[in-house]
Amino acid sequence: MIRVQREDFDVSAEMAALTGDNHAIGGVCVFVGVVREETGEEALSAMTLEHYPGMTEKELRRIEAEARERWQLEGCLIIHRYGRLEPGQQIVLVATASAHRHAAFEACQFLTDWLKTKAPFWKLEESGQGPRWVEAKDSDDAAATRWSRDDAAE
Amino acid sequence: MKIVYFAWLREKAGVSEEQVSPPATVKDVKGLIEWLCGHGAGHAEALADLSVVRVAVNQEYVHLDHPVEAGDEIALFPPVTGG
Repeated sequence: MIRVQREDFDVSAEMAALTGDNHAIGGVCVFVGVVREETGEEALSAMTLEHYPGMTEKELRRIEAEARERWQLEGCLIIHRYGRLEPGQQIVLVATASAHRHAAFEACQFLTDWLKTKAPFWKLEESGQGPRWVEAKDSDDAAATRWSRDDAAE
Repeated sequence: MKIVYFAWLREKAGVSEEQVSPPATVKDVKGLIEWLCGHGAGHAEALADLSVVRVAVNQEYVHLDHPVEAGDEIALFPPVTGG
C-alpha cells in the first residue's frame, strides 16, 4: 500500500495495521526517514517537499509492485510526506513484512533506494543562507543501480 | 497540450503549468523544449542545461526523443530528491 500525505504518521499504528492478524509474518522491517539538521555549512531550519501529484502515486505503486514481484512479502507500506518539515520530523516510512527476515530487509532497502531515484519529489532546504534546492546525488543513483535486474539477488 | 514544471524549473520558468499549442513541426520532447525556450528568458534559463532536466509524458518518464502530441501532459523537472 502507498500513501502520499502532508500529515505525520504513527509508526506503531501503521505497523499494527500492516501486520493485522496475519500470522504468516515472521518479521517486519521498518525504515523511517527524518529531516536532518546538518547539511554542511549551515544548520537547516526547515525543508519543503514538493511532488508531482498523480505521478508520485503511480511511481510509488510501481515500486511497490516491483518489490512484491522480487520478494515474497506478506505486507508492504510506503508513506511519503510532502510540505514543510522541520529537523527531527518524519519524512518517509517504508515497512515490509515477510515470513523470514531476509526478504523484509532486502525489500525495505530496495524500496528506500528506488524511492530516491524514481519518486518525483524535490526538497527545498531553508537555512541562514536562504532557500536551496537539494541536488540529486550520484551515490543515490549508484545505490539504486545495484538493484538493477542483472546483479540483484532474487 | 499541458506543460507542468516543478522545483527550480518552475521558479525559473515563472509558471507552474501552462497550456500550449506548438506548431506541427514540434514532434518530440526535444523539439518541444527548443520551442518552449523561445517563450521568454525564464523558460530559456530553466531549460538551458538538459543534463539536469527530466521529462515525463502523461506521468511516465521518457527520453528526449519521445513523441509529443495534442492532449499530452508534459512535465519538466530536475532530477528527483525524495526519500
